[in-house]
Parts: sequence; C-alpha cells; structure tokens
Amino acid sequence: MLATAAGILAVSGIAGGLAALLVLAERIIRNYGECEILINGERTLTAQGGQSLLETLSQQKIFIPSACGGRGTCAYCKLKVLDGGGPLLPTEEPYLDAAERAAGVRLSCQVKVRGPLRIEIPEHLFRVREFAATCASIRDLTHDIKEFRFALRDPARIEYTPGQYLQLFTPSYDGNEEVYRAYSMSSDPADREHVELVIRLVPGGICTTWCFEHLQEGDHVTFNGPYGDFRLSKTEAPMIFVAGGSGMAPIKCILHQMQNEGIAREATYFFGANRADELFYLDEMAAFEKALPGFRFVPVVAHPEAGGAWQGETGLVTDAARRNLPDLAGHEGYLCGSPGLIQAAVRVLTDLGMPEDKIYYDTFG
Amino acid sequence: MNPEAGILQPLVVMFSAAFTGNILLAKFLGMCPFLAVSRQVKTALGLGWAVVFVLTGTSVLNWLIYWKVLVPLNLEFLRFIMFIIMIAAFVQFVEMVLERYSPVLYQKLGIFLPLITVNCAILGGSLFMVIRRYTLLNAVAFGFGSGIGWMLAILAMAGIREKLAEERIPRGLRGPGITLIIVGLMALAFIGFTGVLGG
Repeated sequence: MLATAAGILAVSGIAGGLAALLVLAERIIRNYGECEILINGERTLTAQGGQSLLETLSQQKIFIPSACGGRGTCAYCKLKVLDGGGPLLPTEEPYLDAAERAAGVRLSCQVKVRGPLRIEIPEHLFRVREFAATCASIRDLTHDIKEFRFALRDPARIEYTPGQYLQLFTPSYDGNEEVYRAYSMSSDPADREHVELVIRLVPGGICTTWCFEHLQEGDHVTFNGPYGDFRLSKTEAPMIFVAGGSGMAPIKCILHQMQNEGIAREATYFFGANRADELFYLDEMAAFEKALPGFRFVPVVAHPEAGGAWQGETGLVTDAARRNLPDLAGHEGYLCGSPGLIQAAVRVLTDLGMPEDKIYYDTFG
Repeated sequence: MNPEAGILQPLVVMFSAAFTGNILLAKFLGMCPFLAVSRQVKTALGLGWAVVFVLTGTSVLNWLIYWKVLVPLNLEFLRFIMFIIMIAAFVQFVEMVLERYSPVLYQKLGIFLPLITVNCAILGGSLFMVIRRYTLLNAVAFGFGSGIGWMLAILAMAGIREKLAEERIPRGLRGPGITLIIVGLMALAFIGFTGVLGG
C-alpha cells in the first residue's frame, strides 16, 4: 500500500515538476517581448514577437497575399526583409533565386518576428483591406461552377483594377482548418458596392466545398484584397484572351472595363469547355460583342455530344486558337485557367509569333 | 566496472558503445528511423546529430533520476515510465531552445526531433546504463558513444543506399529487402570490432 502511494507520488511529482519546468521554459524562451517593425523606412509598428511575420502583419491589418495559409508552399508572401530576419531557412530555399536572396527577399510566412525588423512592403499592398460582406445571391452557371455575388458591408465600397483577385476567408467546418483562397473578381468594376466571384467546385477542396455546400444567401463572409498584377496594358495592341472554366472571371471583369471606358481595342476571346452545357455567360458575351465593335467571342467545346446541337469550334481551346489566328506579332495575350491550359496557350501564342513578355496570365484556375 | 580505472574507463566505455556494442548493429535498437531515414546522407546526418545529442542528455538525466530518486525510494520498477517521461520532456525542451536560438538547425532537424522521443535506441541506452551500473561519467560516455555509433551506422547505410539507388536490383529485393540484407552485412562487419577492444 505504502509502495503504491510512494510510486504514484514519485511519478506524478516528477512528471508534474517536468511539466512545470516546461511551462516556465515556454514562458521564458518563447517570450520575444514587444518587437518593433520598421516598414519602408517610414512607419513603425510594435507587435508581440513569436509569430510569423505574415501573421503579425495581418493582425496589424496589413495583408500580404498568401494562398497556402502560411505553410511555405505558394511563395506569394515574398517580402524584402532588410534587417533582423535571421538566416535563410531550408524551407524558403526552393522559392528564392540568387537575385532575390541578394536583395533580402524572404517568405514572410517562414520568417519569425524575434526582434526589431526592417522590412519593405510594396505600396500597393497598403491598399489591401479586409472586407465584411453579405452573400447576396448564388447562381448555378454549370453543373460545377457557381456565381457568388457579395454585397459589401464594411467598408461599403471597394476599388480595384479589373483582373485583380481577392482572398476569401473560409471558416472552420467539419474539423477543417481555416483557410484563405484566391478568386478573381468577375463583376462590373463600376459597381463598387458588390463583387462577384466565379467558383468551380474542386472535389475535396476546403474553400470550394464550403462555398458549394455550406454558404447560403444572406450569410456573412470576410475577404481581403485586392491583389495581383493581371490587368489590361495601356497600349493599343490587339488582344487575344484565352480562358477555361472559372478562368472566365478576370476576363469578364476586363470586358466590363473596356465597355465602361470605351476601349475599342481589337480583341478575340477563346473560351474552352468540355461539353456544350459547360459553357456559360453566353448572353453576357453576346452583349459585349454588340457593345464592343472590335470584340469577338469564340466558345470552344472539347467533346460535343454526338448528334448534339453544337455548331461552333470543337477540340482543345488552344487548338482552336491555333486554327483561327493569323500571325500574332504585335498582339498581346491574356490567359486565365489551369496551369496546363496556360502552358499550352503560351506555347501556341509564342508559336504564332507573340513575344513572351506580351503574354500576361494568372494561374489560379 | 570499478571506478579506479580513472579516465581510461569512460573512453573504453565510449568506444565500445560506438563500435563493438553498437546500439544499432549489435543490439538492433532504433531500427525504424534507421530504415526510414537512411536514403540520403544529408538527412541521415541531421537525424544522427539529434540522436547523439538527445542520447547523451537523457543518459545523464535518467542516471540522476534512477540513482538519486528511484533507488533510494525502492521504486526501480518505475524506471520505464520515468525514463520515457524524462526523454519526452527533454526533447520538448531542446526543441524550444533550438527554435529560439538556432532556427536553421531547428528547421533542418524538423520532424526528426519529436520522432526521437519514440526512438527505442534512446530508451535502450538509458536502460543499459542502469543494468550495467555505470558511474555518472561512464553513463555520459556511454550515451555519447552510443549516439556516435548510431550516427555512424545510419551514415554508412545512407552512403550505401545513395550508391544503390542507381544500381539494378532484382525486383523482389528492392526497398526493404536489400536494405535488411545490407544491415545484416554491416552488423557482421561491426562484430569484427569485438576483437579490437574485447581482447
């Protein structure tokens, strides 16, 4: 009896002592205190150390683009860390080339705030805000693509360049982690009080599953943005748009812009789908063709149903582009779709004489 | 083991732990990480250092716990659970210190450090040192030597496997098959050391 009690006491005493020591060590070792972060040499913010630079900045309402949620796999959160970032970590090495390393570029999700930091943030990221919005409508576009319309609450207006994207916050559901996912705006940029997103259901995707199965009209959502450099150039060059599936979004937004601003550039838009019933926004595209004299919409169906009513282009969207386009020297290309589509489209456009630096794309798919 | 042997004895203990009594190739402890993480010399080296460090550290701490707490209280039978708790706490502490003061090493060791908590070579080391009634100094030497021995073994294995990766191996032997055969051959080679120090 005595031995049992002594045994229990000894084990719990030592285990408890060790636990207490660990808690104490955690308090002392993991306490980095208040850290000052000097941004662009002009503003200083003070934050509790110990978290990643990305998290710390987002708590201070400075939003750095990040699609992977800080796991160090998307490499969107690159920032220049001039002082105090510590040595380059093995997790960052694959994403930084020699020039970036020399300039002090780091992945802000991997850099931990441990002391005073001196960093540089591109000016346009300060325009990024967090928005609270209400889901105003959800509309089926195809069997796996929906259009989501959000009415902004706070702030009530958004300004963005057509072609840019925002990051939609997905709350935790069914035991999933919270994530942010990037989607391009598809709506008319003149309407500053609403944004529309075109989202395709990705089987097993955390955010798209949430949008399709949990999000209801009237629900509150948050997102931050705008981000991205995908936009119409300021030239008069004729343009080729190539998109597939939800890649429609930024192109549609740019078409709205052309209509609003009376941009009369020549433009041909190749839009690919697997089957004829997977095409969408056909009425909107017809309206753009009427409003924009230089604009032509070419829907392409890869696998039209046998005996179906499809009369238009068939095959891969890139092959249709190759069949229809003359020499493309002097043209500009704007692509949005899956990485495979982008790769194939770049190959076709460069084959037809388009210089590679005149091809702009977003690979969000 | 008598304490009068002076400075020589810890050295003998260390060398015999590293070679003749190699914890991996003679005692076959710590096999799972040995087989799983021996594809590349670089990662094997990282894991090797982590084992050396933790094995040395926990040998000292467990020696103190055993001889200064459990033996006086007649609670030797609790050594398994105490050793495990000690090892877990030590690994967690080391992780915290590394994260703060050596982020690069912390990232390099990555998942290996927490994995070491359940590496049976570590627990085995502590249990051997108790069974053999080592002095504190010998226990340190034994822990360090065992760690070095484990590291040497996994490094040698990783070197061999890097070479093997480009060889044509019969289909049925690929992966674990050929690896286990190599472990056996290596164990035979290490037994050759017995004569060196045992004589």
